[in-house]
Amino acid sequence: MHIMEGYLPIGHAVGWTLVSAPFLAWGIKSLTRQIREKPEARLVLGATGGFAFVLSALKLPSVTGSCSHPTGVGLGAVLFGPATMSVLGFVVLLFQALLLAHGGLTTLGANTFSMAIVGSFVAYGVFRCGSAVRLPFNLTVFFAAAIGDLATYVVTALQLALAFPDPVSGLNGSAMKFLGVFALTQIPLAMVEGLLTVFVMNLLRGHVGEQISRFVPVLNGTVR
Amino acid sequence: MNLKRQNLLLLFSGLVLVLVPLFTVKPEKEGDELFLGADDKAGGVIKELSPGYKPWFVPLWEPPSSEIQSLLFSLQAALGTGAVAYCLGYYRGKRRALHDDDPARY
Repeated sequence: MHIMEGYLPIGHAVGWTLVSAPFLAWGIKSLTRQIREKPEARLVLGATGGFAFVLSALKLPSVTGSCSHPTGVGLGAVLFGPATMSVLGFVVLLFQALLLAHGGLTTLGANTFSMAIVGSFVAYGVFRCGSAVRLPFNLTVFFAAAIGDLATYVVTALQLALAFPDPVSGLNGSAMKFLGVFALTQIPLAMVEGLLTVFVMNLLRGHVGEQISRFVPVLNGTVR
Repeated sequence: MNLKRQNLLLLFSGLVLVLVPLFTVKPEKEGDELFLGADDKAGGVIKELSPGYKPWFVPLWEPPSSEIQSLLFSLQAALGTGAVAYCLGYYRGKRRALHDDDPARY
């Protein structure tokens, strides 16, 4: 989902940065508040950031014959809320833009929007919906992570379609092309992300849960 | 289903999802490179849709070779794993210390 450095026209680059900025400001506020109010949860917060680091570094082969990577933001979005997680996702993207030439500074706004913001908010929304209709907890976590991951790639495809409409078939035509590259590839990988998120959630609930579920209620299997 | 079995099943299914395409997908034409990054493929689509487009900014620093790049990617994964494992280990140890009267629980 990384739009490469320089690959968004300048207007789009600035536009997506402006769209992402308020979410990040909100996220930083919520992150600092959480660290202040529940310092006991810092280690788990670090672990969810770590999870996003690992997953977004794993480029996995997919059925379309190309490689892509999960995002890892679903776990943190479910545990600490989407605003906080969007900051952690942004840190991952910044690291990759600066040190790996993966993504870029001019496309950081757009990539932050798709992965850190939409990914987190969709994952959180799915989690809340699943909990509201009383789906089993692990199934809800699976759907939250998988659908959040898929949403990220759909947004990336649409961002590119918006910047590069097909000269013949217009926006729809180019959207189909970019979705063909990103969304199809992502379907099995989104499932992998869902499975791994449930796995780590199980470990966290098993080993960490009872000790800090006061601060991170989801670890107790309950929703705020 | 107990937790251990569920976790093993989760990891195993994830592995299958990744391994199956690795062995079943064949290149369209003989000699085509497989499993390139989707990000680069999107770059190809951009070139096709808008042949005149020139990236207007280049990365400030690029890993000098694909080896260095994979080094940095593995470093990223290692750092992340470290954070997750530290947290799990810390709380596991702490929990064990709290309940050390009942080793059977572990």
